[in-house]
Formats: sequence, structure tokens, C-alpha cells
Amino acid sequence: MAHFTKATSVHDWINQRLGIDTVRRVMATEYWIPKNINFLWAMGMVLAITFALLLVSGIFLLMYYQPNVNTAFDSVNYTIMREVDFGWLWRHVHGVAASVVFLVIYIHMFTGIYYGSYKNGREMIWISGMLLFVTFSAEAFSGYMLPWGQMSYWAGMVITNLFSLGGLHADGIVEWIRGDYVPAQAFLDRFFMLHVLLLPLAIMGVIGLHFGALRIPHVNNQDGEELDFEKEAAKYKAGDKKGSKVIAFANDFMSKDLFVVGIFLIFFFYLVFFHYDFAMDPVNFDPADGLKTPAHIYPEWYFLWSYEILRPFSTNIGLMAFGFAQVIFFLLPFLDRSPNAIPANRRGLFSLWFWAMLVDMIVLTAMGKLPPEGIFSTIGLVAALVFIGLWIALPFITKSEKKA
Amino acid sequence: MKNGRRAFMGKAFGAVAGVGAVASLYAMKKSWDPLPSVRSAGFTTLDMSAYKENELVVEKWRGKPIFVLKKTAAMLAKQTDADKARDVLVNGEHYMVCIGLCTHLGCIPGYRPESSDFLCACHGGMYDFTGMVTKAPPPRGLDIPPFKVDGNKLVLGEEGPEYKKMKETGITL
Repeated sequence: MAHFTKATSVHDWINQRLGIDTVRRVMATEYWIPKNINFLWAMGMVLAITFALLLVSGIFLLMYYQPNVNTAFDSVNYTIMREVDFGWLWRHVHGVAASVVFLVIYIHMFTGIYYGSYKNGREMIWISGMLLFVTFSAEAFSGYMLPWGQMSYWAGMVITNLFSLGGLHADGIVEWIRGDYVPAQAFLDRFFMLHVLLLPLAIMGVIGLHFGALRIPHVNNQDGEELDFEKEAAKYKAGDKKGSKVIAFANDFMSKDLFVVGIFLIFFFYLVFFHYDFAMDPVNFDPADGLKTPAHIYPEWYFLWSYEILRPFSTNIGLMAFGFAQVIFFLLPFLDRSPNAIPANRRGLFSLWFWAMLVDMIVLTAMGKLPPEGIFSTIGLVAALVFIGLWIALPFITKSEKKA
Repeated sequence: MKNGRRAFMGKAFGAVAGVGAVASLYAMKKSWDPLPSVRSAGFTTLDMSAYKENELVVEKWRGKPIFVLKKTAAMLAKQTDADKARDVLVNGEHYMVCIGLCTHLGCIPGYRPESSDFLCACHGGMYDFTGMVTKAPPPRGLDIPPFKVDGNKLVLGEEGPEYKKMKETGITL
């Protein structure tokens, strides 16, 4: 057993038993962040805060929500929205945060792609981040089922139908996932469980992994400069704070991080109070009806790009293209054959690739929302082919890239 | 010797845990299966004598809409052999019995009695009164649910000889 001495203060008493000074040093005061970064480096903290908002608002919604096909719709639209004091606040925070979290995830992802923060030792950061994208997607989908409106029901029908794997007609898998022939009580109950327990647990676990993956390679910087963190940290600790290229995570960097979070929260609550409707599809204010399809079934905006990759093709090819789109981002660190971890604008052809990919995904998103008719379905098809083509081209254009 | 014993204990634990893990996965898989009450509710019996000619009735089977259409003499006269193979015959009367979900993306097509055809509002797919596609994008005609003819009645969810034949000949999936 370790040797304990009589405590000189409450802090000392706790420190002797839990080593909080060490934890603070390792996690905050001696966790080093490069100085040469910009506001885009704050997106991780913005995401952590948004996740916290989702968790807290979700806890309050959970106290009145009823996962039953007969009462779910009213428990949300009547009980929570009209009876519960500030129930509307939790629902709007939850709905808006679920939408905004994807906006920030996409910014976070494209920041990583632009600055090459997924290679030369940072592969696990990228992969764990993609795992978070997948778990957040599942979380968003399962949550979308819960109000049991028309869009909940039909999105549930269409998405679970994807698991019949097109031409294979594996209806057994679909019925197994639903626990019924169509989305019904068993379906609502299990997606409720996934949404409030299993997936949040998975997300929290993967967030831990994501943070852990950052520890050894450290955060990238605006020039992709390879820093000797130990040397720079030593300089900082010796008092040469100006000459050192790094600062401590807390409180130094954190203060800037939280400033960006503050601006984000003003924007966020502006949406919650004045523009929450963008995250609330009007069709979902009709209760679920298995005998009436809404005229247009489309997912929330953040899934539109992959939906549009599925849509212009025949069933089987569409599914394959969709599957491709779901996994291909995972492989980015390995498809990029260039050793340069520098901003895209200094990487020649890759710069074009980056902007083409970004624009293509915006086009796919826009086309996914429009009815698939005439010129829109042609643009959608071209954009889907461009998406696939860009990924196929990536290894070749990065292979021929000159070493910076 | 010591290491041999540790290795044995490790393997013994691995074996016990492995059996337990496989058994739990099996239980978990089975717990997600549709319940017996859900399965037993998966049958719908229709009294076929109640339908009127050229009047589409939407029944419900396993939560899905089922189109039942009793065909008129004029319709029968127009039918080709391929169309006839899709007919469900009860007491000498011809019926179209189909799952009322568009085979494209699962929307419910609407029936137009004046032109006796179906139009899917989602993506403009069309079917004739036999449930065959007349305008893309649907990849195939409306699916026929498993059925069994029982006198005047039609049991949906059970596979009778007529249905099995349709399945074998690829008339429905």
C-alpha cells in the first residue's frame, strides 16, 4: 500500500487518494496544442458541447416520451410540446442540435481533409472519427423514428428495406431487424432502446477512443509542420512561452476554444428560438399510417448526399453505390498515396480534388432534396458518378504528387 | 511447468467464455425475432364473394396494403396469357390480388377505375389492372402475397399450390 500522510487541505486529501494533480497535468496543463491553428480547430469542442446539449435535452424528453405505437405521437406532440413546462425547449434543442451536429461534423471532416490531418500517424484519429460519424448517423436515424409520425414510419420502412440487399430479397433480415413484417411496436421499442442506451454508450466509448487517438500524434497545424512536441513543451515550461510553438491545452487554448463555442451557441440558440422549424419536417406532424405513403419521402438534409448516390441507379447498382459511399471515407488515409500532410492548396491536383469533392457533395445534397425528375435526375446521376470517379482517381493523383 | 499450467487455465477460460459468448449471441439473435403473436397475426382471411367488379378494395395483411380487384368480362377479354397467369381464381371468378406497394420504392399506387390502371404518385410508375408495369421506374409488376384458396375464401400468408406455382414460374417473387 502506498504511504499516506495527514492531509494539509481538502485538495491534498483528495489528491493523495485520486492523484488529481497528475490527471490535471496530463489532461490539461501539459497537453500541448500548436499555436499555428485557426478557429476550425475548435470544431471538436463545439461537437463535444453539442453532444452534451443532446444528452441533457434527451434526458428531459425521456421523462415524458412513451415508446408505444398508440401513445408515442401524442406524448411528443401533446404532452411534451404543450403540457410539460419548457418541454418545447428540450424538444427544439434536441431537434436543432441533431441537425446542427451534422453540419459541424461535416466542417470538422473537411477541415481534416483540407489540412491532411488523417495521415502520417493520424490515421486512427480519422478512423475513429468516421466511426463516430457512423454511430451518430445511426443515432439520428433511430431518434427520427421515435415521434412516430409519417416520416418516421416511412423512413423506417425504406431504410430497413435496404437490408433486403436489393436483388437478394433477404426479407428475413428485414423482418428480424423490425421484429415484425412492417415497422410496428417491436420496431419502435427496439429503436427506442438503441437511441437512448446502446448507441449513446457506443458514441461515448468512441469519443474516448477519438480523444485517445489524438494523444500521441497530437493536433495538426495550419502548415502541416512536424513539431517536436517535447522540445517545444520544454521551451514553454522553461518560461520561453513566446518562442515555443505550443501552448497548454488548458487554460490557454481552452479559453480560445470556448470563445468559438460561445459564438456557436449564440447561433445555435438563435436557431432553437426562431428557426427550429428547419429541423422539423411538417410531414412528421401527421401520425404514422402504414396505408398511406407521403408523396415524397426524403431523409434529413445530412443524409441527402448518400441518398442521392442511391437514387439515380437501378436497385442493385444503387445499393452498391450507396454501400461504396458509406465506407469509402474510412479508406481516405490509405487511398491518399502522398506523404505530404500539408494544406490542400499547396498540393497541386489534390487541391482540385478537395474542392471538386466538396462541391460535388453540395450538389448531391441539393439534388437529393428535389424530386427526381428531368434535369435534376440527370444532374444527380452525373454528381453520383463524379463522386465515385473522384475516389477512384484519388490514389493516382496523390501518387504523382511531388514531395513537398 | 508453471507456464504450462497458466496456459491451460487460459485455454480453459477461453473455452468456457467462448461457449458462453456463442450461446448469448444465439439468445440475443432469437430475442430480436418477430414474436409468436406477431407471426400468428400474419394471416388474413378474405371472403371473396363480397367484392364487386372493377372496384378496388384495399385489405391489410401484415401491416401492408393488399389490392383486391374483381375483374370484369371486358378486362378478361383483354388479358394475354401472361396476364392470366397472374390471376387468382376463386369459384371461377378472376381476381387481381397484389401487395399494394410500388416495387420501386414502396409507395402506394392509386387506382383509376375509369382507365382501370394504377398510378404511383411518387415517381410516376404505372401498372395495368393485372398489376403489370406499363411505365418505369418500377423494376417488376406488383408482388402477389402468399395465398391459399379455401372454398369461397382466400387465406393470405399461407402458401397454396397455386401460389407455389406462381413462385416457381417467376410470376411473383
